[in-house]
Amino acid sequence: MSRRALRIACGQGFWGDRLDAPIEQVRRGPIDFLMLDYLAEVTMSILQKQKARDPSQGYARDFVPLLEEIFPDIVEKGIRVISNAGGVNIAGCREGLVEAARAAGVADRARIGTVTGDDILERLPDLIAAGHELANMDDGRPLSEVLDLVESANAYIGAAPIVEALARGADVIVTGRSTDTALTYAPMIHAFGWSWDDWDRIAHGIVAGHINECGAQASGGNCMIDWETIPDLADVGYPIVEATPEGPFVLTKHDGTGGRITPAIVKEQVLYEMGDPREYITPDGIADFTTIRLEADGPDRVRVHGVKGRPRTDMLKVSISYRAGFKAVGTLVYAWPDAVAKAQKADAVLRARLDRLGLSFDEIRTEYVGWNATHGPLAGPPPEDLPEVELRVAVKSAEKAPVERFTREIAPLILSGPPSVTGFAGGRPRVQDIVAYWPALIDRSAIEPGIEVEVVEA
Amino acid sequence: MTTRVQLRHLAHARSGDKGDTANVGVIAYSAQAYALLERELTAERVAEHFAGMIDGPVERFELHNLEALNFLLHGALGGGGTVSLMTDAQGKVYSTALLRAEIDVPADVLASLDTATGRAGR
Repeated sequence: MSRRALRIACGQGFWGDRLDAPIEQVRRGPIDFLMLDYLAEVTMSILQKQKARDPSQGYARDFVPLLEEIFPDIVEKGIRVISNAGGVNIAGCREGLVEAARAAGVADRARIGTVTGDDILERLPDLIAAGHELANMDDGRPLSEVLDLVESANAYIGAAPIVEALARGADVIVTGRSTDTALTYAPMIHAFGWSWDDWDRIAHGIVAGHINECGAQASGGNCMIDWETIPDLADVGYPIVEATPEGPFVLTKHDGTGGRITPAIVKEQVLYEMGDPREYITPDGIADFTTIRLEADGPDRVRVHGVKGRPRTDMLKVSISYRAGFKAVGTLVYAWPDAVAKAQKADAVLRARLDRLGLSFDEIRTEYVGWNATHGPLAGPPPEDLPEVELRVAVKSAEKAPVERFTREIAPLILSGPPSVTGFAGGRPRVQDIVAYWPALIDRSAIEPGIEVEVVEA
Repeated sequence: MTTRVQLRHLAHARSGDKGDTANVGVIAYSAQAYALLERELTAERVAEHFAGMIDGPVERFELHNLEALNFLLHGALGGGGTVSLMTDAQGKVYSTALLRAEIDVPADVLASLDTATGRAGR
């Protein structure tokens, strides 16, 4: 094994992240691996809907033109790309990549690996019949209660199939619902030959993955500490993990890029979306975040070491989404003087109208953006002389009709409500489907035999 | 002697979501500030701070290694994700709402902050 640190770069923290970030990661300095995370909980249901409308869709479409752009670079430099861009149509994504490789003129030099078996939407009735209750981890309800409403169901799978694809020579690996963290530590397990029960080293990989997976949030973006002095966020350097065979790693970014990496900034990202820090559970092991040691290791370099791990569990987490009604959000802007009082009056008029129409909702929520939308009662009374405030009223219902009617009650307030109102150029609010999240656990044995790895020449 | 200051002068923070639970990670600006927060910023204190904003209990976890506390605010997000009608449906700025909390700070802890909040070395 090479003694040189392995450089694993993050190119995308979510689907919709900066388009050229992965290109910069590939071109502005040395890296060995590029990982791109495209999947959030709600993304899987959006992709299932796209696939239902058009069977060629259902994956993160941005990934294919990106690869067409960087294929010559990665083939030339020997950079390998790992992404969960496959969503719920991994084969479709691979077809796109094969075409992209041909268009880029590297078809004979690029091997595409795929990992399938995480998508269990079609298997749900059989799994339930076989005794897998898939109970909601938050409230214990069995999945059978909402089975008819389910839109997507995917097991979070770990690094093993990615490591296999790397061993079989894949240059680009596309998965479905692999864990975000596995995209970063699979290359470590592959390159350093870590044993699957080397829990402390794997725990270092998990921590590296957690820090890396949210893009620039680890390198100066969305960072609270000294935010006003963080340089050049328009050219922020996305994070790069320099991994070592022993486990400890350094978080850094390319020289000459903007942003900042310090222990305090890395601490912010370590705590992001944290549950019980003593047990950060992944399919490949449990990391104890209370054992992480962080220290500065030169400018824009933070060394991470000391992480303790524990054995993996027999269960995998399953991410299920299901239809749960409809909602809409209406907004109007009220101007000084007495902006909040006018907006409050408009809210009262609107609610009286909804009553007169006999519409009932599961919830109506009013917020005043500019006064209390994010801090609620902690914001205190409205400040005197506020120049303007945005009235934001949101409703939800199991039925579409009342929500649809609500969307037609916002614009009339312009002529029939309190004065000094503007900000309605966006038109009538849109009725949105509510897609609720159903986290569950399932025995590994129900998933892992169905996982398949394929590696093909482009 | 103590001085009452907002938590934002003692710590920075980041928040996120897991379903209907918001987490707020609070990172102290100095070792002395961490010791104070470990004592004063209890789960009960945070639950009182958020009275009327969250439906469920508050849990606290200590990360002595990072001089940080992690709070889980259950029932904080109006159902969470796309179910929620809130502007901050994913709890992205709950961190700032917690930084409004007021803490009585002894003089020696305040002195530690004068150093820690300097620009150098961060």
